[in-house]
Amino acid sequence: MFEQVLLKNVDVPGGHLLSSYEAGGGYQALAKVLREYTPDEVVNLVKQSNLRGRGGAGFPTGMKWSFVPKRTGKPTYLCCNADEGEPGTFKDRIIMERDPHQLIEGLAVSAYAIGAETAYVYIRGEYVTAIRRLEQAIAEAHAKGYLGTRILGSDFKFAVHIHCGAGAYICGEETAMLESLEGKRAQPRLKPPFPAVAGLYASPTVINNVETLACVPHIVVRGPDWFRGIGPNKSPGPKLYCLSGQVRKPGLYELPMGIPLRELVEDHAGGPLPGRKIKAVIPGGVSAPVIPQHGLNVGMDFDSLAAVGSMLGSAGVVVIDDSTCMVKVATRIIEFFHHESCGKCTPCREGLNWVVKVLRRIEAGEGVPGDLEQLEKLCKGIFGNTFCALGDGAAMGLRAALAHFRDEFVAHIEERRCPFH
Amino acid sequence: MTMREKIEEAAARYPDQRSAIMPALLIAQRERGHLPGPVLEEVADILGVERIWVYELATFYTLFHTEPVGTFHLQLCDNVSCMLCGSEDLLKHLETVLGIMKGDTTPDGLFTLCTVECLGACEMAPVMQVGDDYHGALDVARMDALLDSLRATAGRVASVEHASARPPGE
Repeated sequence: MFEQVLLKNVDVPGGHLLSSYEAGGGYQALAKVLREYTPDEVVNLVKQSNLRGRGGAGFPTGMKWSFVPKRTGKPTYLCCNADEGEPGTFKDRIIMERDPHQLIEGLAVSAYAIGAETAYVYIRGEYVTAIRRLEQAIAEAHAKGYLGTRILGSDFKFAVHIHCGAGAYICGEETAMLESLEGKRAQPRLKPPFPAVAGLYASPTVINNVETLACVPHIVVRGPDWFRGIGPNKSPGPKLYCLSGQVRKPGLYELPMGIPLRELVEDHAGGPLPGRKIKAVIPGGVSAPVIPQHGLNVGMDFDSLAAVGSMLGSAGVVVIDDSTCMVKVATRIIEFFHHESCGKCTPCREGLNWVVKVLRRIEAGEGVPGDLEQLEKLCKGIFGNTFCALGDGAAMGLRAALAHFRDEFVAHIEERRCPFH
Repeated sequence: MTMREKIEEAAARYPDQRSAIMPALLIAQRERGHLPGPVLEEVADILGVERIWVYELATFYTLFHTEPVGTFHLQLCDNVSCMLCGSEDLLKHLETVLGIMKGDTTPDGLFTLCTVECLGACEMAPVMQVGDDYHGALDVARMDALLDSLRATAGRVASVEHASARPPGE
């Protein structure tokens, strides 16, 4: 069995408490960096590990940190993206509910590396338990001297604040999240400037995902070679996979990056429900293009999934079986993106509205010849023409559904009904 | 602490008062149940920020309610993972047993029924949030049991607060 590193504490009773975290070696990474490393050395450790961002984009974390300019005269901010809105994803919630100190230690080490004294953790407002657990953990860490001033006797000072979201998927986009933190409607910013240079309050800002930050203490304690030795060299490390949908054992699994999708679904998550067959799997949250059954040998890492036209995204693995209508799944996904479009740019706001209308009529058996070509035309109009990746994700997802399951769309139009009803 | 004190405490975490509007609205909604215009103006005045800034956030983010909601806000996830595990049938069941359509509140003010996008708890799909709590692995029987327990909770609260009032529905 693969050693559980990120999930070591989640099934331990009281695993969310400081005493439990310390008993398992917690806060030793923070002590080590404050004692032995300069901030630049910590950045280099993370660079050497090849850690790539677990929020979805897979950008190299150490490189992101190295973009932060020094001595700007402004404070540097660390923001943790804990908005976790990508449908099919629940890993960050489980870390925050059951092992919040792992995140706090990751924040502290990362803040030391980039020279930040303040972090904001942007948590979606629905996650009430996670918010309470993290609040408690921050208070515990403060009382024990892991947060505050003169941390562990050093000159390092650091505070963590929670900022609750209020229901907007777009806040997962990092510049929209910054707008939201500044008390504005969450709409993405034009880049450049990138947040590393001018982010929160126009100050240098690093935004990292919960799971990314949780990896950092382990890299410090076990070394970058350990991390790089797990999974593919270009996107290594232990990885959290969220399994859901029509599968026997849904849940959160920690396994090496790069594990074949088929092994993940069939061996670890128990395969399809009794009497059913797997038809398709969405590998990385609903933004990630669907992979049909015959493509499941692909490795679950950034590069392997990109090579087959999909993406690792947030590793929200949604299993779809042969009892399910793919037109319905595609419709629900595009309805979601349409609902969550922030309204800033026209291709996303208007394009997705149009796509939803066409998809709904196809699913209702009222589709007309030319509808599929119309959908493709709309995807072309949206993809690459939007401010942020929301519109791209919607268009990529729909294109994949049309490419792999075109016969189902055609059957709806020709039979003038949903064949699954 | 009063609402003003809670908001001022939250605002101290930010270098800019505008950042405190979201936390302030969440505090105000917990205190007042929902966020009608006068409450939004109160929040703006406490923080000393433009009223329009407060209005635009209250109407942009889905967790803020400018209209009243029932005692129990039933928020059923109907995103893909929950849909694949039966959320559509649960919605139909809820509409039938509550006698309301999605988006409506029961006449006794007890339940508001909504569908929401992914709650981030797909491992226990289908899932529904009621107030602060998640309820997962729901089927019709578990849903009925949940509604019964919510009604019983409301009954207890009502009998304490209004010992002489008639029970709902009479």
